[in-house]
Amino acid sequence: MSSSRPDAALGAAALLDTATPPASAVAAAAQPRPGGAGAGVAPYLQAAPLALVLLLFLVLPLLVTAAVSLWDYTEFTLVPDVTLRNYREMFEGCVSGSGACATLRTYLSTFRLCALTLAATLPLGFAVAYFLAFHVRSDAMRTALFLLCTAPFLTSNVIRMISWIPLLGREGAVNRALLGAGVVDRPLDWLLYSEFAVVLAFVHLYTLFVVVPVFNSLMRIDRRLLEAARDAGASGRQIVLHVVLPLAKPGLAIGAIFVGTLVMGDFVTVGVMGGQQIASVGKAIQTHAAYLQFPAAAAQSVVLLAVVLMMIAALTRLVDVRREL
Amino acid sequence: MTGGGASRWWLGAVFVAFVIFLYGPTLTILVLSFQGPEGGLTFPMSGFSFHWYERLFAGAGVVDIWAAFGRSLRLGLVVMALTTAVALLGGYAFRRRFRGEGALFQLTVASLIVPSIAVSLGIALQFRILDDAIRALAEAGRLPTWLGAEDHTTAMGLFTSGLGAHLTWTLPFGLLIMFAVFNRFPVEVEEAARDLGASPWGVFRHAVLPLVAPSLVGVALFGFTLSWDEIARSSQAMGEANTLPLELQGLTTTATTPEIYALGSLTTGVSALVITVAFAAHALARRARRSASR
Repeated sequence: MSSSRPDAALGAAALLDTATPPASAVAAAAQPRPGGAGAGVAPYLQAAPLALVLLLFLVLPLLVTAAVSLWDYTEFTLVPDVTLRNYREMFEGCVSGSGACATLRTYLSTFRLCALTLAATLPLGFAVAYFLAFHVRSDAMRTALFLLCTAPFLTSNVIRMISWIPLLGREGAVNRALLGAGVVDRPLDWLLYSEFAVVLAFVHLYTLFVVVPVFNSLMRIDRRLLEAARDAGASGRQIVLHVVLPLAKPGLAIGAIFVGTLVMGDFVTVGVMGGQQIASVGKAIQTHAAYLQFPAAAAQSVVLLAVVLMMIAALTRLVDVRREL
Repeated sequence: MTGGGASRWWLGAVFVAFVIFLYGPTLTILVLSFQGPEGGLTFPMSGFSFHWYERLFAGAGVVDIWAAFGRSLRLGLVVMALTTAVALLGGYAFRRRFRGEGALFQLTVASLIVPSIAVSLGIALQFRILDDAIRALAEAGRLPTWLGAEDHTTAMGLFTSGLGAHLTWTLPFGLLIMFAVFNRFPVEVEEAARDLGASPWGVFRHAVLPLVAPSLVGVALFGFTLSWDEIARSSQAMGEANTLPLELQGLTTTATTPEIYALGSLTTGVSALVITVAFAAHALARRARRSASR
């Protein structure tokens, strides 16, 4: 196994195996595991810290959020209650169709960011993964190039956003070059603090989340399949479209889930790169929280969670990720 | 392979462009952080100097950035240690079958893809309610006085809510790495050790641990760097004390000098240093293992 695939140096490449859960859940019967059935109490003790952290800091907080979303609040305090006030206020004007529905507009804006980001990251991520998987000949080179792509993931997102300022600002390098070349006669001001800048930053930050799972899918393709297709007279284009792409679908789906959920909940990138002009769901939640309107923020959070879960459900329906594991 | 010559060059060009796209901006601010004292946030460079680094180290321009630096460092180290230990144990647990393993795995993946703002807000609300409860109990005289709960302000903080928020982000990565490691780990090693009479602890200590030790460096690397750079889950959950990324985010709207580039480059430098050290440690651990098995 380790010879056909770049060694998971430092586990960075181990992200590759995102799609390979404890094999147990999927193919428990197929893989013999030490210990077997009568393993006793040990696995429970070993799994306990993980379970405890996730229960305390993931499950419980989400349950608390759901409860608080039903609370009432005043300017100063939270009032435990069971009211639909927060949800009602969220969708005010949406049902009557008077066009004053801020929530709907926020969601449309966020979906738009999501769609634009996916439209850029999926083809780009596929192309990069394809190059790594099929065009790099030696395993050592492949590992090195793969790590070159993954290392920026381990550096700060905020700094990677700040890095665009000297390039995209009104006085930035891009505008200078365009002015100098006479392409434009005024600096473009939609390059920074705009929807364009937000999407660019998303592509910059998140394409990796497509590259890694797609690369993983591509590396699992039996190379003899491609040779068979070529022997049968398929052109390069046909091979990509009818052999490689279908087999890369699970990777693309996992990538889309990652990128989609990251964009849907984002408020940092939208805040820094959008110059406070762009609406997003995450920012709406953050704004409510900043004004201490916690029940309203909680209701927004519950709706966001529901939307994200539906997106994931749709994507996993589209591609049977589990079967492909 | 497929497509042959033309597509190889075309895709190669895409790949090179992608790498430039990844690294270009970061290198740009590294260059600009050496602006002369009169230099601004954009090109051209007006001379070359360490002016902005000097200002940064003197703490002149940016308020209390070193306190945030220290907080992020301490939190990162604690997160690193806990992530490594908990992920190792968790990954080892999954080597055997136990009730609820499917649920625990799904919960771990969920922890990765639940929007960070939802996790962060949830933790903040949870601690808010906890604080209210402690205060209420203290007022009702239900708590022993030695707890000092009368003047309780908040249980939120770097190493309570903040630590928890970071672990929900680092542990899934840690566990997935451990899965990858254990998936290619031969079952026979444990069986042989057991057949030779090793106790369960002996199997773990003398057969398993030495073999997975190099990979633990990877888990530690992820644990530290993910925490060091974390911002979304920290946003609501840190309480009074901000971490470095949070301070940096605040600075993006107010900064007018290249000092922010110096700070940014320094922060990236810490990440790069940690990555390099981790690689070196990994290589050393592998070499040690190889020579030990010889």
